[in-house]
Amino acid sequence: MELNLAEWQIIIVKVAIILGVVPMAALVGGYAEHKVMAHLQHRLGPMYAGGFHGWAQTLADGLKFLYKEDIIPDAADKRVFKLAPVAIFVPVVMIYLVIPIDRTLMIENLDLGLFYLLAIGSVSSIGLIMAGWSSANKYALIGALRSAAQLIAYELPIVLAAAAVAMLAGTLSLNGIVEAQDWPFALWPIGIGQVAFLLFTVGSVAEMTRIPFDMPVAESEIITGPFTEYTGMRYIFAHMFAEMGHMVAFAGIAATLFLGGYKPIVPWEPLEVIPGFVWFFGKLVFMVFLFLWMRPTFPRVREDQLQKFAWKFLIPVGLALILAVGAWVLYAPESIKG
Amino acid sequence: MPEGGTYFGQYVTIGIFALVGVGLVLGALALAKLVAPNVPDTDKYTTYESGIDPIGSGWSQVNVRYYIFALLFVVFDVEAVFLFPWAIVFQGLGTQGFVEMVIFIGILAIALLYAAKKEVLEWQ
Repeated sequence: MELNLAEWQIIIVKVAIILGVVPMAALVGGYAEHKVMAHLQHRLGPMYAGGFHGWAQTLADGLKFLYKEDIIPDAADKRVFKLAPVAIFVPVVMIYLVIPIDRTLMIENLDLGLFYLLAIGSVSSIGLIMAGWSSANKYALIGALRSAAQLIAYELPIVLAAAAVAMLAGTLSLNGIVEAQDWPFALWPIGIGQVAFLLFTVGSVAEMTRIPFDMPVAESEIITGPFTEYTGMRYIFAHMFAEMGHMVAFAGIAATLFLGGYKPIVPWEPLEVIPGFVWFFGKLVFMVFLFLWMRPTFPRVREDQLQKFAWKFLIPVGLALILAVGAWVLYAPESIKG
Repeated sequence: MPEGGTYFGQYVTIGIFALVGVGLVLGALALAKLVAPNVPDTDKYTTYESGIDPIGSGWSQVNVRYYIFALLFVVFDVEAVFLFPWAIVFQGLGTQGFVEMVIFIGILAIALLYAAKKEVLEWQ
């Protein structure tokens, strides 16, 4: 395939935008996490770095990690150990490619957008197993196995919820899914949209291994799980950037699939004057806040409870959801579909 | 449906993206190599085990029951491969297509029920 100069320039600009967005998302998300958690717990959080309400705290943290000595344990499988942060981080960056920010503003409008998201989003779990196994550390090994078991168990509710959305919208293109939502799916009056939204939200918190589903990195028993032996920039990419990048990406996906993406939250003419990207980012920030809110609110779920919850509750509900959506789309009378 | 060139052109962007993502990580690691101190010491390179000298190898035996989850996951992930094409076209297939998917999901549900009855989904 031949690409001319202009097409190359477009690609370079796109690459530059996304590569700027992900570390920014990590920095801003990290700061938001400090501040939201602090205020929910009646603390102030960072107040000194940068002067104004400690805005530069995460930047300072990042610089600190840059200046840390790079240590790879003698016992580790060094090649895999070095490769793991790449295998964790790169798929996270690639999620951002297909999320539509505005009607025409997205990096690539893939026909298979939704399928691509689910496929690329699950590659990180291989990286986590690589990190945990190659460390040759007992904590890391336990953490890796827990991550693997958790990520696969909670991927299924996400897949089922996404399939329900695809059935309602009749397309896998993310632009098409947004266009299909006159009302956001999460606000449909019949319950299936809300169930799908809840499945997706719970599943994505577990995919990020955040509280209440953070057994893989439970610091009070297994240090930081697969990342126990990591330090400096490798740790930043494998854990910090990946977790924050995941959180913002999942918030964007949830906003697109269930909250109507770049469209107004309700189909009301005067709201159309607000530009689409403002709606999109508003919904994204709302989802991020929801994820952050959970951390100081819920206690950690035990490993066996976590597996039981996925396999005995979320997945059966997801399967039932698929059938309910199918029955709704095929057999509900046109008059109540609206 | 876009014509062949643009269709695969989208995947060229994705491929470039993956490469640049790898480059970003390697670049940051190279930068860290330039500025970070390097003071080798044997103690630093031992495996971390809460400050105690490590006992045995890090690759120790672990609970075998994790493999059941991997097995179950394969069942349901293969389902997803069939589910998405069906989800796009099922409106045109009507009742016949729907009943077929009900049977398919039913078989999977029986597999899950079997696993639950065998009590492999719970720790003892």
